[in-house]
Amino acid sequence: MAAAATIAGERNRVATAGRLELDSAVVRFAGDSGDGIQLTGAQFTQATALAGNSLETFPDFPAEIRAPVGTTFGVSAFQIHFGARRIWTIGDHPDVLVALNPAALKVSLEDLKPGGIVILDAGSFDERSLKKAGLAADPRFDGTLDPYRVVPVDITAGTRAATKHTGLSVREQLRCKNFYALGLVYWMFERDRAPTVRWLEQRFADRPELAAANIAALDAGHALGETAEIPQLPAFHVEPAPMVPGIYRTVTGHEALAFGLLDGARKAGLEMVFCSYPITPASALLHHLAKLRTFGVTTFQAEDEIAAVCAAIGASYAGSLGVTASSGPGIALKTEAIGLAVATELPLVIVDAQRGGPSTGLPTKTEQSDLYQAVFGRNGDCPIVVLAAATPSDCFAMAREAVRLAVHHMTPVMLLTDGFLANASEPWLIPDLEATPPFPARFRTDPEGFHPYLRDERLVRPWVKPGTPGLEHRIGGIEKDYASGNISYDPVNHQRMTDARWEKVLKVADAIPLQGCEQGAPGAALAVVGWGSTYGPIARAVLNARARGHDVAHVHLRHLWPLPRNLGDLLQSFGRIVVPEMNKGQLVTLLRSEYLVPAKGLSKVTGKPFTIAELEAAIAAELEADRA
Amino acid sequence: MNAPTCRLEPKDYASDQEVRWCPGCGDYAILRAVQKALSNLGADPARTVFVSGIGCAARFPYYVRTYGFHGIHGRAPAIATGIKLANPALDVWVIGGDGDMLSIGGNHLIHALRRNVDLQILLFNNEIYGLTKGQCSPTTRLGTRTSSTPAGSIDGPLSACRLALGAGARFVARAVDTQQKLLPEILERAKLHRGAALVEILQNCIVYNDGAFDDVAGKEVEAEAQIRLAHGEPLVFGKAKDKGLRLRVDGLGLEIVPIGADGPDAAGVLRHDQTDPVLAQMLAALEPPMPVAVGILYDDPAPSYEMRRAQQAPAGRRTDLGALLRQAPTWVVPG
Repeated sequence: MAAAATIAGERNRVATAGRLELDSAVVRFAGDSGDGIQLTGAQFTQATALAGNSLETFPDFPAEIRAPVGTTFGVSAFQIHFGARRIWTIGDHPDVLVALNPAALKVSLEDLKPGGIVILDAGSFDERSLKKAGLAADPRFDGTLDPYRVVPVDITAGTRAATKHTGLSVREQLRCKNFYALGLVYWMFERDRAPTVRWLEQRFADRPELAAANIAALDAGHALGETAEIPQLPAFHVEPAPMVPGIYRTVTGHEALAFGLLDGARKAGLEMVFCSYPITPASALLHHLAKLRTFGVTTFQAEDEIAAVCAAIGASYAGSLGVTASSGPGIALKTEAIGLAVATELPLVIVDAQRGGPSTGLPTKTEQSDLYQAVFGRNGDCPIVVLAAATPSDCFAMAREAVRLAVHHMTPVMLLTDGFLANASEPWLIPDLEATPPFPARFRTDPEGFHPYLRDERLVRPWVKPGTPGLEHRIGGIEKDYASGNISYDPVNHQRMTDARWEKVLKVADAIPLQGCEQGAPGAALAVVGWGSTYGPIARAVLNARARGHDVAHVHLRHLWPLPRNLGDLLQSFGRIVVPEMNKGQLVTLLRSEYLVPAKGLSKVTGKPFTIAELEAAIAAELEADRA
Repeated sequence: MNAPTCRLEPKDYASDQEVRWCPGCGDYAILRAVQKALSNLGADPARTVFVSGIGCAARFPYYVRTYGFHGIHGRAPAIATGIKLANPALDVWVIGGDGDMLSIGGNHLIHALRRNVDLQILLFNNEIYGLTKGQCSPTTRLGTRTSSTPAGSIDGPLSACRLALGAGARFVARAVDTQQKLLPEILERAKLHRGAALVEILQNCIVYNDGAFDDVAGKEVEAEAQIRLAHGEPLVFGKAKDKGLRLRVDGLGLEIVPIGADGPDAAGVLRHDQTDPVLAQMLAALEPPMPVAVGILYDDPAPSYEMRRAQQAPAGRRTDLGALLRQAPTWVVPG
């Protein structure tokens, strides 16, 4: 087991071939939105994954596509937390900040750990860029950076010197700055450059001079680390993390979601028709699926959110798997049509990549404030199944689960992700697809005794493909007669149909797993109950509390409606319950109203995930209150 | 290939549901014309789908013995598009009124048309909201007193056919509900057109807007107030076929010209060319006191959405999802 060293504290130094042994590290790359920061982060992620570390990453980019160069609102950042142990979060505070301009330094500095390393591009610190960043004085000389170990490197000049021979314009030479910085960080953390070199050669196959320039910058940055012997810049070694054996890749939440939807459709024996309208941060799903046409995926960019969900409903009516996706504001627009899918009792998968609200809110920031909208947000008594993915790789399994439940229970299923899950990445043990048995959809073809709302014992109606002879029928949003499926305004019938729709969705609880504890056990003194992307910070905070001997359990809900059958009993067993959420307390309200448990909420809506420290403080406060 | 071996009669396309439109509603005549057209086309009920939104017209699917989907207000073209995405082989008809398709659902109509999805879109235009009890609609004429405009409507009306042409529709036609010979013919032509076909049907609402089309469709005025379009034929009208339309000499537009003994060509009367989009726009814009154009204004097929999609379809079909998941840098953690 590697010694638990950190960069800031540098406790327990262990030299490995001149390198300091580290348990984990958090690195943030920050620069202008045109600096290629996301690409740099992706390469470092890949190299770190290949080195066998556990990791979590998160891109933090501005809402503007190209904000004015050098401004603070144009800063694009990428954070990675990696280590020799299981990494659950993107890290509360960076240990290393790579800032390619003054604005990037200004924006990221407040998050940096005291004692952390700041690698800054000294060549970018001129009067003009300081002014653009809104800095009155040069932070290098006014004491601002005193708490940190500053490594001023003239990345601008170094990049130009390394790429001069390529014959590229100065502008093009300077676009290689990010790879110079990357080379230096590769040296710091002992990363292999070869896969990045291969990637550059492929990416710029038609412009080999650009590949050559970027590779030259990467090598020059690496060489600087190796030869310059900068005292503030140690070299580190991070052991591979113990991981379940198998083949791994990295995956973002919405990549995993696309794969899960596809595997779900395959297991159901259905064609997938994905209909959506562009919206941040859900659009990535459309992009991923549009590339999967060779697998039979149909994608349709509709004229608006309403058309997108309606086309998905039409596709399901015609016998395909209709899927739509959006974020909060778009889901609001789809609401009436989701009610239509409830009334017509058709399978439909709706992905809600939540973001800060209300209204346009914070399009690129994360929040989990659409739970009410998902569970309750429609006119009439209008129940649907609601699921939530917990981690980027969990999006795969939950997407497949959404397909299974939609198809087998003839119901819309809303799968909640968020801006964090959509874009965050982590290592993914590539699943054995055949290990999960298929769940083929059944279509009614027998006209004998048929009517469209004839229900089975689970209250599920038959699915009929138009084109089936002898089963011609009409369905719609008007109330239907329980016995014949014809239009009915009969009051008693409406009660019966409303009850049936409600019961049908509640009965989905029979088809989902019982709720367990991620850590700890029933009866714990304190349970931390979460849902969605708070999984990582809760898991780590509970792990830390348990390591200190506290009786704390972590319960994480993936099925939010209907709730697991045993959840009431499980919650009643705990001494105290705290529910951290990136909203004003939506799950805690649901749990209190369903089970009359004295659960307490913990709210955060800053657009940023919970830090481990925040959750540890909340756990400590609850345990303290318990003792009092 | 899937057509039934023996042709069904119009009555065979009637469902077992009791029709619940107001007695005397123009919708009855349209239902009759549609059933006749389906019979003439030999439509297979199992492969035919009627999709509607909300409104009086939107009850239509319940009355046809085919597959039917009664959607939500304005969204029928979007639902129908989804059906065609899933199964392009289905024959899909979209039914809606002027409020449904031009107001709340206007966006979906124009996009179904510009995409050229292979749909027959029947727009029942009665220039009023019926089901919600008589408010003005986007086609209500200026000055009309309705329950929502007691002092007369001040919203300018729009023309469904002009809008459709502007949206890039490749088939645009107009008929009157009572034209029981013309209407089924147009519906059949709409069906045979591959791509989106818009048919505006002037339909009388006997309760809230009775007689709205009397100046166009009344038996005693129709010969003078309408011009029947026939591809390649001169644009003539009038009881005695003694008037025609020609291009104005003093500007762009159509004007009425009397036809003398030498016939329409000598009088400079235009011949209808249903593939001419400029002529179609001019004909669509004719309003009283000019004769209202009835028939097929425009029919110039272009590749449908389904055809374009088929052209893009990948040659083979991959099923190896497991290999797809490995199409990324991977690493092995040994056991």
